[in-house]
Amino acid sequence: MRRVVSVWFPTFSTDRLRRLEEERDATGTVQTSASPTSLPNLLNKRDRRGRAPCAGPGEGPGLPEIIVSGRLVTAVNAAAGSLGLRAGMKLAQAQSLVAGLAVHDADPAGDAAALRRLAEWCVRYAPLVADDPPDGLWIDVTGSTHLHGGEERLLHDLLRRLHAQGLAARVAVADTPAVAHAVARFGSGGAVPPNADGMEAAVMADFPIDALRLPSGMLADLRLMGFERVGLLAKAARAPLVRRFGPLLAARLDQAAGRLFEPIMPIVPPASIQARLAFVEPLLTAEAFSTVIGRLVDIVCDGLERDGLGARRLDLLFERVDGTLQAIRIATARPGRDARHLGRMLNERLEQVDPGLGVEAMRLIIAAADPVKLEQVSLVEPAIPDIAPLVDRLANRLGESRIYRIAPLESDVPERSVRQIPAMSPVTGGWPADLPRPVRLLDPPQQVEAMALLPDHPPIAFTWRRVRHRVRHADGPERIAGEWWKRDREWISVRDYFRVEDEDGRRFWLFRRGNGSDADTGDMRWFLHGFF
Amino acid sequence: MLVAPPSSPVLALLRERIARIERVHVRQAAARSVPLGIEAIDRVLPTGGIRLGALHEAASAGPDTEHAAAATLFIAGILARLEGPVLWVLRQADLFSPGLAAAGLQPNRVIFAEAGKNILPVMEEGLRHAGLAAVVAEHTGRLSLVASRRLQLAAEQSGILAILIRRSPSFDDPALHEPTAAVTRWRIAAIPSPPALAHAPDTPGLGRACWQVDLTRCRGGEPGSWVVEACDATGRLGLVPDVFNRSVKAA
Repeated sequence: MRRVVSVWFPTFSTDRLRRLEEERDATGTVQTSASPTSLPNLLNKRDRRGRAPCAGPGEGPGLPEIIVSGRLVTAVNAAAGSLGLRAGMKLAQAQSLVAGLAVHDADPAGDAAALRRLAEWCVRYAPLVADDPPDGLWIDVTGSTHLHGGEERLLHDLLRRLHAQGLAARVAVADTPAVAHAVARFGSGGAVPPNADGMEAAVMADFPIDALRLPSGMLADLRLMGFERVGLLAKAARAPLVRRFGPLLAARLDQAAGRLFEPIMPIVPPASIQARLAFVEPLLTAEAFSTVIGRLVDIVCDGLERDGLGARRLDLLFERVDGTLQAIRIATARPGRDARHLGRMLNERLEQVDPGLGVEAMRLIIAAADPVKLEQVSLVEPAIPDIAPLVDRLANRLGESRIYRIAPLESDVPERSVRQIPAMSPVTGGWPADLPRPVRLLDPPQQVEAMALLPDHPPIAFTWRRVRHRVRHADGPERIAGEWWKRDREWISVRDYFRVEDEDGRRFWLFRRGNGSDADTGDMRWFLHGFF
Repeated sequence: MLVAPPSSPVLALLRERIARIERVHVRQAAARSVPLGIEAIDRVLPTGGIRLGALHEAASAGPDTEHAAAATLFIAGILARLEGPVLWVLRQADLFSPGLAAAGLQPNRVIFAEAGKNILPVMEEGLRHAGLAAVVAEHTGRLSLVASRRLQLAAEQSGILAILIRRSPSFDDPALHEPTAAVTRWRIAAIPSPPALAHAPDTPGLGRACWQVDLTRCRGGEPGSWVVEACDATGRLGLVPDVFNRSVKAA
């Protein structure tokens, strides 16, 4: 199932300008950014004309700014937008509406270059990324979301990183580029549920016809004919419309309804190690793909060897005869260039590929690579077995967040004393050995009815899931105070933990909220928290 | 009726043929094992301990079948005495690492994989990877003979210890008693422990927990039942004082 993310930057030009000025103020120089893992510095523009900053001293980011091309406003920032200024106005009209307006010259080439750098950066999320001028991006995340813990987390992470860079952005994900594009710009953003037949049409119907990505002249004509919403246009007789407006209108309507496949032409990150093999006859079978993968992997591994690098992320693109692209992506826990291991991981994901009528070329790209640390192998000590390949394969199958180690965290509250860390990172430290802890923990703790003498006796009996357990032996209390430095309402709260054994010999970990004498420390209710 | 003496060549031949059918030659080749440290139990097991390169099953008894706390501690104790990384395949993450560490299984040795519905395929994947010391999986529900045989063969090939913790929301689940290809099947039941201080039984406190360890199936060995003290901080089981043991047997 195809899933496409559309990113929209409502104030791209002005955001970029703002960042440029901040950077210049901060360092006095323009930095260059070549690392594919960090957000590109959008200000890195070699071909920019010399331009006197129009912003006056002390002007903050909240002041209205507009960008003009000739005498026409082409972009406005959020502050200017809230004052009623719109792209498409005359400069004189804008200046008469708002006094003290900061006006900048448009720089379409700079914007396009910045957008392209942003697209290259987005390759971190998925192999197929395209820029969508003037102010958007496509990311085809099909089959790549598992590496980021799911679609929702991917969108969240993307938005967070863009906002941290001072870029206002709205994202949407849907089954087709057209719907994602429209929801990002005209809807509220977010995810359109997958696999909903007819859903596309329903989502699109309420949007204004601007959501169809038609030339402005055609939109004006359609408005003149009374078409305001996409739904109305979709229901109108198709033939007269096509005769009047040409095939583009029909194509856009079909793309919006999910009837017509819309390819996105991905950018290829520059200066990466890659290999491409084209075939005389289109390939269709998994066996053929495996053979090609073997050869491609050999080529890129030679390249990695030469540069002393190991692959962290690989993209395999399938160029189909119908002109569309399919992609699979794998990630490794540690930089590696073992051709057999990489080939095997790619082969495992082959089932996600739909070859359609055939694949005429395949391209393998090392999307991210890190230097390989070579280690001395000892002849005396037994070799430590390498489990990174296994971790890679499980992470590719289950998702990176599903395979982990547990590391100790400095906290007295039991449920906060553990944290998940990546499977290949070392665990240091441990938990205090003299505090008994259960092997299974109930999260959240379950309330039980217990009978106990106050203030500090263990319960005599407790009822959990309607079964009464008489306590034969008990140990406690172990008093655990709330962490007031983390949460205000734990200011004086206390839990008294008891280990108890019932008449069958089962051992439970119970606690009472409160210290047994002061009601402020807790409400005296009993909870079952774990089993020994 | 002719009874062959034990040294008869006919008998030896028959034994060899049975062994070949039971794939004992494979097992003997990789007959490394971890002793449980209790002589009475190790004597019953054909290789003198929990055999590596084989599939073992463990479950708790009674109401603990759902959370399998006793079985988990029993397994953690065995793993504590192995060396090398352990893959622990989970369905839900209710395992509490400090508790495992208290039985001797330190956090730097365990990699957890939340496999959802793919418990058995992930376990098999782990078993095919030679770098691990053991793979533990928590399985709920039925386990078919074919699936368990796949795991057993994978374990045989790599020599990795494979352990299935069988859990079930209902105790006395018949699915837990169906035959599988596992070499041994253990049932760990908590039993009342003696007072913390034997000479002063009324002193409050908790002594070491006690388990009744049942070996309900054992390929090439006899089933048995023992009462032991639960794992200590290094994962070793303890012998129960004779007096107490006798009283439980009588009951």
